[in-house]
Amino acid sequence: MDSSTQSEHFLEFKSLCRAFEDGFVAVNDFNLTIKQGEFVTFLGPSGCGKTTTLRMLAGFDLPSSGEILMGGKDITRLPPNERPINTVFQRYALFPHLNIFDNIAFGLKLKKLPRAEVVKKVKKALEMVDLEGFESRTVQTLSGGQQQRIAIARAIVNEPQILLLDEPLGALDLKMRKEMQLELKSMHDKLGITFIYVTHDQEEALTMSDKIVVMSEGRIQQVGEPEDIYNEPKNAFVADFIGESNIFNGIMTGKYKVRFCGAEFTCVDDVENGTMIDAVLRPEDIQITPPEEGIIQGKVTSVVFKGVHYEITVQSGKNEIVIQSTRKAQVGNQVGLTVDPEGIHIMIAENTVNKFETGVKSGYQLDFLGGDFDFDITRLIPGSHMTDGDTLVDAHGDEVDASALRIIVSIKPEDITMSDDEEAGVVKGHIINLIYKGDHYRYIVRTDEDEDFIVRDEYLWNMDDYVSLIISKDKLQYALKK
Amino acid sequence: MGMLRFSRKQLCIPYAVFLLCFVAAPLLVIIYYAFTNGEGQFTLENLTGFFTSPYTIGTLAYSFAVAVVTTCVCLLLAYPIAYILARSGWRQKSVIVLMFVMPMWINFTLRITALKEILTMIEGNLAFHPFLNTIIGMTYDFLPFMILPMYTTLLKLDKSLLEAAADLGADPVQVFCKVTLPLSIPGIISGVVMVFLPSMTNYVVLDMLYNSTYIMGSLIGSFFSAYDWHNGSMIALILLLIILVFTLITDRYTEEDTGNRGGALL
Repeated sequence: MDSSTQSEHFLEFKSLCRAFEDGFVAVNDFNLTIKQGEFVTFLGPSGCGKTTTLRMLAGFDLPSSGEILMGGKDITRLPPNERPINTVFQRYALFPHLNIFDNIAFGLKLKKLPRAEVVKKVKKALEMVDLEGFESRTVQTLSGGQQQRIAIARAIVNEPQILLLDEPLGALDLKMRKEMQLELKSMHDKLGITFIYVTHDQEEALTMSDKIVVMSEGRIQQVGEPEDIYNEPKNAFVADFIGESNIFNGIMTGKYKVRFCGAEFTCVDDVENGTMIDAVLRPEDIQITPPEEGIIQGKVTSVVFKGVHYEITVQSGKNEIVIQSTRKAQVGNQVGLTVDPEGIHIMIAENTVNKFETGVKSGYQLDFLGGDFDFDITRLIPGSHMTDGDTLVDAHGDEVDASALRIIVSIKPEDITMSDDEEAGVVKGHIINLIYKGDHYRYIVRTDEDEDFIVRDEYLWNMDDYVSLIISKDKLQYALKK
Repeated sequence: MGMLRFSRKQLCIPYAVFLLCFVAAPLLVIIYYAFTNGEGQFTLENLTGFFTSPYTIGTLAYSFAVAVVTTCVCLLLAYPIAYILARSGWRQKSVIVLMFVMPMWINFTLRITALKEILTMIEGNLAFHPFLNTIIGMTYDFLPFMILPMYTTLLKLDKSLLEAAADLGADPVQVFCKVTLPLSIPGIISGVVMVFLPSMTNYVVLDMLYNSTYIMGSLIGSFFSAYDWHNGSMIALILLLIILVFTLITDRYTEEDTGNRGGALL
């Protein structure tokens, strides 16, 4: 193996898995290659497996299967003290019984370096983190930010090949965090070693990283440079987690044509006609126009000043669209909205389940297809119950404002049957799309209310057939929109 | 009906009365007796008598020896137990801790009586090994007091510190010597204080094991049972001062060591 491929494949994770005794799979089939000197961020919500992966790399945790290679050598089962890796811990983990000098010198003393060299290196490390002369201070007299710097100094003084940082800025205030982000970035440039950074803060990840690994539920969702992750999210999770975004259910209606929000848009992705997709629109990519010039129209429902821009919410039919604009809009005004083809990111929907967002009517009935569903609202709000006066109260006993709740109703395509008897079903519409899927047909039925239903049926119907949809009510699933 | 309201000062009254009756007053009585003779006149004879009599000084030295050996034995037995319990991931951990602590809830005279029977079965005549039996009895009595504070300290020990040490290149032995042990010192000191001081005075253990040897507690007991309130009080006072000095030293040490205040004060 020549040196260039060695630095390209400096660190490799090969189908790494970590399952706990209780069956919880924290990390699932994790595959990743990291270059020497890269700043890589593991990004995801808490419980996504990012810290577990880091702990396996540090040697604090052993994978259930898979391996970790460093410079082509298997380090999967090497104890932490034998790895050329150092960690900056989330809560710093400074030794309270040692002063700052002894904390930083801990690793150097274990290597039995001469005293003079230890003193020199500690001094240099303290200069690196801007805390010259702190040698004889105790840990308890330091502020959170200073302890953080000492923790970094204690790790880098050992000149590791990889520095692991486990949410190191989590406990600092916003201003300090921004400062430290830039300092860490410049430290990375200066040291030239590989940084692996774990965070749940997408802004932090976008600011500092060369490469971002977005994780969710133990799996890698997407790996890429910050710009790629932001501009071309691979799926709805990444789009939703990175930055603000509007995500709409849609369907491809032709080459570079996509339909969502009740209108047809031009896009730059060539996806097979009839594919169910999620369309992602970044708030800054949507322009507000006079109503007649917009592709869709809506009413401004709120305008919030955010410093650099206004955050404007527009209600268009049943869809709520968030827009960031430097120009102010007036609440209550009718506006049009346009978006450039480049501003529409098409993601092929992972699951073809019908999802509808709806509200709750008076009497706690679901505002969906004329109501009359087996719908128990108390099951959606933990701890809530109905009082004798038929009022919904939450776990604290406060009345719940049901009109503000948004409910996601999902129906599987196989739980809907089509009938040509117009009175048989709860909703009627035209078949606008059909795809033969081997053993069944998949239809898209657009209802008179302009909702699209995906229906799975064994029998062939024709395009533009007017059908009524029979939905087995006990198969509906409800979830509260967050 | 008006609500009963107490000011903070008023709430202190019961506690102050208790202190006055059961701490301050007896202490004053002891001091009075320690510095007077049978005729009620001031004298330092009791004090000089204690330090000049080879019998009392010998007992003091013997008490120290008993306390030191008991404390060391307890420490050596308790630390591994506490360490294993605190570090292990056993689900039934609390049950095992309970098994060590449970004897504390049984009256110690009962426990010592049981121990006496066992020792008699093994040794035949208890009089042959007075020192050994004293140490066994004291250790048996005080072991839970050593385990508990050390277990609590080790349990509270931040695991990430151990990971940090390993991360910085320490092997498991070095992690123990450089991090675990120094950080468990407050627990060790609490345990030592709770074992060392009582084992200097708890002469009931000796009495029950048919022991002819004397420790400080037995000395005071013997003077009092002979109605010599004056010498008995002086020895009690000296013992009190030893305890005071001891606690002050250990307390300051734990304070310096961990930055926590008052961890070892009983």
